[in-house]
Amino acid sequence: MSLTFFAFFAPFLAALAAPVLVRRMGAAAGWVLAVVPALLFVHWWGFLPEVAAGERITGGYRWIPSLNVNFSWFIDGLSLTFALLITGIGTLIVIYAGAYLKGYPTQGRFLSFILMFMGAMQGLVLADSFLMLFVFWELTSITSFLLIGFDHKREAARRAALQALVVTGLGGLVLLAGLIVIWNITGVSEMSLLLATGDTLRQSPFYLLALVLVLGGAFTKSAQFPLHFWLPNAMEAPTPVSAYLHSATMVKAGVYLLMRLNPAMGDTAAWATILPLFGGVTLAVGAFLAIRQTDLKLMLAYTTVASLGLLVMLTGVGTEKALAAAALYLVAHSLFKGALFMVAGAIDHEAGTRDLTKLSGLRKAMPVTFTAGLLAALSMAGLTPFYGFIAKEEIYYALSGTWPAHAMLLIVAVLANALMFAVAFAVGLKPFIGAPVETPKHAHDGPVGLLAGPLLLAVTGLAAGIVWPLAHSLFADPAATAIAGQPITIKTGIVPHWNAAFMLSLVTVALGIAFYVGLGRLRAIADRVVTGIGWGPDQGFDQFTRGLLGLSVATTRFSQSGRLETYMTVTFASLAAVLLLPMILGDELPGVPAFPQARFFDWAMVLIAAVGIIAVVWAKNRLTAIVSLGIQGFAVAVIFMLNGAPDLSFTQFMIETLSVVILALVMTRLSLTPSDHRPTGSKVIDLVIALAVGAGFTLLLLKVLERPLDPTLATFFADFSGTVAFGRNIVNVILVDFRGVDTLGEIGVVMIAGLAILALIRIRVSAAGNRREMREAK
Amino acid sequence: MQTLILRTISPVLCAFMILYSVFITLRGHNDPGGGFIGGLIAASAFAIYGISHGVGAVRRAMYFHPMAIAGFGLFFGTLTGLLAYFTAEPFFTGKWAFPDVFGVTVALSTPMFFDIGVYFVVVGAITSIALALEEDHH
Amino acid sequence: METLLALLIGVYLTAAVYLMISKHTIRLILGVALLSNGVNLLIFTAGRLTADVPPIIAYGSVVPAGPVANPLPQALVLTAIVIGFSFFAFLLVLTYRAYRDLGTDDSDHMKLAEPDGVRPPQGY
Repeated sequence: MSLTFFAFFAPFLAALAAPVLVRRMGAAAGWVLAVVPALLFVHWWGFLPEVAAGERITGGYRWIPSLNVNFSWFIDGLSLTFALLITGIGTLIVIYAGAYLKGYPTQGRFLSFILMFMGAMQGLVLADSFLMLFVFWELTSITSFLLIGFDHKREAARRAALQALVVTGLGGLVLLAGLIVIWNITGVSEMSLLLATGDTLRQSPFYLLALVLVLGGAFTKSAQFPLHFWLPNAMEAPTPVSAYLHSATMVKAGVYLLMRLNPAMGDTAAWATILPLFGGVTLAVGAFLAIRQTDLKLMLAYTTVASLGLLVMLTGVGTEKALAAAALYLVAHSLFKGALFMVAGAIDHEAGTRDLTKLSGLRKAMPVTFTAGLLAALSMAGLTPFYGFIAKEEIYYALSGTWPAHAMLLIVAVLANALMFAVAFAVGLKPFIGAPVETPKHAHDGPVGLLAGPLLLAVTGLAAGIVWPLAHSLFADPAATAIAGQPITIKTGIVPHWNAAFMLSLVTVALGIAFYVGLGRLRAIADRVVTGIGWGPDQGFDQFTRGLLGLSVATTRFSQSGRLETYMTVTFASLAAVLLLPMILGDELPGVPAFPQARFFDWAMVLIAAVGIIAVVWAKNRLTAIVSLGIQGFAVAVIFMLNGAPDLSFTQFMIETLSVVILALVMTRLSLTPSDHRPTGSKVIDLVIALAVGAGFTLLLLKVLERPLDPTLATFFADFSGTVAFGRNIVNVILVDFRGVDTLGEIGVVMIAGLAILALIRIRVSAAGNRREMREAK
Repeated sequence: MQTLILRTISPVLCAFMILYSVFITLRGHNDPGGGFIGGLIAASAFAIYGISHGVGAVRRAMYFHPMAIAGFGLFFGTLTGLLAYFTAEPFFTGKWAFPDVFGVTVALSTPMFFDIGVYFVVVGAITSIALALEEDHH
Repeated sequence: METLLALLIGVYLTAAVYLMISKHTIRLILGVALLSNGVNLLIFTAGRLTADVPPIIAYGSVVPAGPVANPLPQALVLTAIVIGFSFFAFLLVLTYRAYRDLGTDDSDHMKLAEPDGVRPPQGY
């Protein structure tokens, strides 16, 4: 069993250990648990030289050979970059969460969920087989649900969790459909093989269907407009979750999928239209809505939506430069956005609020946090020598290179980047400068656990910029190569060149500074616009769930009236229809049978039984009913006896005796009469249904009797019960030998019925209490 | 229903019924009878005894709780099926042995023991129901 | 004889269904008791009737000497009788408890779990 195979399960094992560890060692468990993602990071790092040299590594085991499903992985530049981001940021997040949720009673559960999520996300990006990809995809949705709803005592958290699950979970199902369509078109179920079959896929008449379904999965997961609304709501989760799932990793799963499929599905008119369209709109809407917020986390959440839109847009544009820009921005964004989220969390944790309007002058109280925030903001703003600068340059380079085809996209990108510039400093700078104000908590820098993560990520963003040739060759080049499906070498560095891209950068910075200064006024404008529109997909979700609830209530009220009489009427009317209609419509009614040839005591018993039955129906008091029931039962016992079934006869005798006894025991204590209270009209309808059922069974039986009996089974039992099973009573041999397992099940039923009855008699419910409840219910 | 006649006759009647129920169960493989019928006869005996002498007397006479007897029967029946496991045969494959006991060949078999399990389940469950109803005088 | 029993089975099922379409649980129980007898007879008759010859092999032989009654429906019906009784007893006790705790045998008044007019919670 290879180490890589084990790596897939390691996070889940760590998740299993997390609650125990936290109970034993408290918040320090975060440091211990972080060893697991750190080791995984080291393990994946080991693949870097090979992958950077252009290798593509596949491996795995056969899982369900009959269905051609394998447990297989696929490591190339794209999946390795993702895996390193997931495990690397994961390490910092686990440490951060250890400090952030210190003393929280369910911290162990939280760390467990985080590690589970990490395992799912890691599996998602490294999966080769479609089925594995889908399973891990849905696992990320489920763990995200658990994490968003972690503080499940608040309704807002529950709503956000449910919303995320509904949107991303449904998207996952759509994705599954898409993958199956691809599987059907190409005949392959593994990513590594799919990449070579691009032309088959693109030329298939079902290409568009496959594309739409796959996009359904990717767009829900990566929060593309108009399905973006779940992501800001997901900020209900504790901040480590927002930093990890909802900026750096999970929301990028959709982008990952699009990038992964680009060599196989990209470069078509549909691809190059739909992706930039949705991506561009998402970019614009996200950046615009971010300005409107005052909550640091929500501002970051909307810029994340915008960034995801940007990535989708670049993937859709699909030129070599655009894909390189996407790869660069993917890495840069994970670094600065993760850091900024953790900074926002640290401010919230130490100052007691994360409302921008209530924060000011924290630089003295929280110098280290400030440093991390500022570094990350500089990267997000796209200033040299940060890695964010290179990404932004490459974006402008790519979009201006295709001028004027992508003019609209370029304008959107500049405006959105300027807005994000403003937001970056609003989060990373604004709370720290100015005059100190009173905050709910006495603000100071957090413990090492709260500082290590943001600082390390922010510094990495700087370092990657400074040593950009190395960073490119290790991550961006292999990733871009994998996305494009052909070798790409990125040349853009931190030294600005006098070209169109740099001009655009300058425009962005100028606009960004203007936006930052006028943030308050911009917010007011954005607020007015949003209030003016009045409706958003978030309200749409509420309307949808309310509608669904209303529909289910209506259908339940219709089908489950709560009236036993209705259920019985519907059931038996259906039964009568099932019995009679096929016979009548198919002209299969039995012929008129000959007058019954029977001995006189047969006649006598049948008549006695019939009289007993009718007496039961007409009984006006308890005693008549019990006695009549007994009479028909004993008549049946005699009928069994007369027709060669002594075992049945004995059993029936005993059962009827016991039935009469317990019926008498119970009925004497109930002041009830079995008499009929129904109005005559209702009686007639019921009688018609009853007669139809009775006639249906009689006709069915007569029809059966017209045909000869297949004697195979009867002969088998007669031949073998003496010779094989050494028993002369064939019925008993069937019961205890041939069909012994059936009988075992049946005595199990008898046993359970006995237990249930005992429980029913023994439970003591206060009768008065129940009556009161019923009155209240009325 | 504690009439003198019933009170006098019921112990004897019940003893005979239970004896008869065992006989019916054991002969069931070759002649009419079997665990179901035998169990019902025994349960009726206990029900009659309960009506004539009160539920407490029956519970004392049975010693074990009726549901425990039923549970034992189900467990025992399952065990007889599991015996086939040791010879690597499917669940519930019949096993037979014909040992000589004092010169008489006695047929022992898993179906017979399973039938005894059925007997216990039926006796236990049905008696439990009957006694619970007889007892509940509130 | 089969025809005769087919008619009797019709009577059984008619009566059982007529009793079961009722909101009164006590009538429902009587209906269930009749239904189980009717269905048992249905299975028994569908396996054809053989008068007076039980499916028992004579002492000393290993196969029946002549035609005997069909043993399979008998085995099916035998367990059905016992289980039918357990079910009947369960329903009886359920009715009894419901009557003692709720004071009615009218199923329309047994709506503790699903009271009328109560809407499901609207929140999340």
